[in-house]
Amino acid sequence: MEYVASKETIAKRIARIFKDGDVVNLGIGLPTLVGNYVPEGVTIVLQSENGFLGLGPAPAPGAEDPALVNAGGGFVTIQPGGAFFDSAMSFAIIRGGHVDATVLGVLEVDQQGNLANYKIPGKLVPGMGGAMDLTVGAKLVVAATEHFDKSGASKLLRTCKLPLTAANQVDFVCTDVGFFEVRNGTFVLKEYFKPYTVEYILEKTDADIVVDKDCREVEIS
Amino acid sequence: MIEKPVISAARAAKMVGEGAVVHVGGFLACGSPRGVLAALAELGTRNLTLVCNDTAVLDEKNGRVTGVAPLVKNRQFRKMIVSHIGTNPESQRQMNAGETEVVLVPQGTLAERVRAAGCGLGGILTATGLGTEVQEGKQVVEVQGRKFLVEEALPGDVALIKARKADKAGNLVYSKTARNFNPLMAMACKTVIAEVEEIVEIGEIDPDQIHTPSILVDYLVKA
Repeated sequence: MEYVASKETIAKRIARIFKDGDVVNLGIGLPTLVGNYVPEGVTIVLQSENGFLGLGPAPAPGAEDPALVNAGGGFVTIQPGGAFFDSAMSFAIIRGGHVDATVLGVLEVDQQGNLANYKIPGKLVPGMGGAMDLTVGAKLVVAATEHFDKSGASKLLRTCKLPLTAANQVDFVCTDVGFFEVRNGTFVLKEYFKPYTVEYILEKTDADIVVDKDCREVEIS
Repeated sequence: MIEKPVISAARAAKMVGEGAVVHVGGFLACGSPRGVLAALAELGTRNLTLVCNDTAVLDEKNGRVTGVAPLVKNRQFRKMIVSHIGTNPESQRQMNAGETEVVLVPQGTLAERVRAAGCGLGGILTATGLGTEVQEGKQVVEVQGRKFLVEEALPGDVALIKARKADKAGNLVYSKTARNFNPLMAMACKTVIAEVEEIVEIGEIDPDQIHTPSILVDYLVKA
């Protein structure tokens, strides 16, 4: 079976996690795509750590406001009913348990729920930004990642080797081959995405995986 | 109310002494005081310690150089205490080469350390950073059955902040996401200089709408 990376699959599956009214913070990059696939009938409130609730889509060309950007510095809008605040309030909302879910990108994630996504020592050191607070503070932490890196190595590991963003905080990992829960020091496979199989996932993943008793095949479309 | 001096960006820059700890408002330069930063870059004051959310954008190929990026490029900082340096490759280079000390602080912890400094607190307790490199060298305490890191207050000498509007007394109103760290830094530094787009008469701003009260602001600069 040939692996075909698909950010879209990951974003679509994660978007089905949310309940109506959830307050959600989406990380930069792949996690941001999740916002495009929230099912009809479900309204979520997006929190942006640079200081507002009610993050809306990019403005029409010409309507950009230099004082209204997202945490990546891109021009955005605010939804009716949204609110602006300073960075202390923003992280009070995040750390104080007022964010229902966060979706974060991954360099490495392991079966203990450890996440590494801010630093490759000596090479790439962007810094953690708000990611450490989000992983500790959000009620639900979802790691979003392609199942393999460019060299073909599994992004799901037994133990992270890179410096951690947070220890034991990840609840779910969604890749483009399946959906995993982190439970008691192991990955639990809940769903495998067509055309991949349980056998394929077990063979190709460099971590301990328990197949959930209700594990099922899901077609993400 | 006492009116605050309205000074030029050049004079504001001169108030930042050699070796000062400078708090700079802004998030990827949204809400950074552009005029004062440009003057400080021109003045070239060195050995500064930067406290800021990030090191802004340094992308000369595409003509994008924002916020504190020119000062980073000038090597005006001895130390940078920030949460993010990913959009300024020069700050990463200086860190990896050991030329500039870079302390990466989780963004929420940075905000609270600045806030604590302005609130008369010695620091804060947070679970953020437990079990990571951020924990190294720090005290861990248990309160109400939960573990926390002790994170110390982060006071500064000079705050360079940006607001949309001030009255002549120095009451400030920020705009949208340009607020970010600015109100926190206005409390945390000995000297507070606010660059503002508009200065109105005392009494023109509804007291209910003021974000930073005038007593925290020492000087105004017209953007």
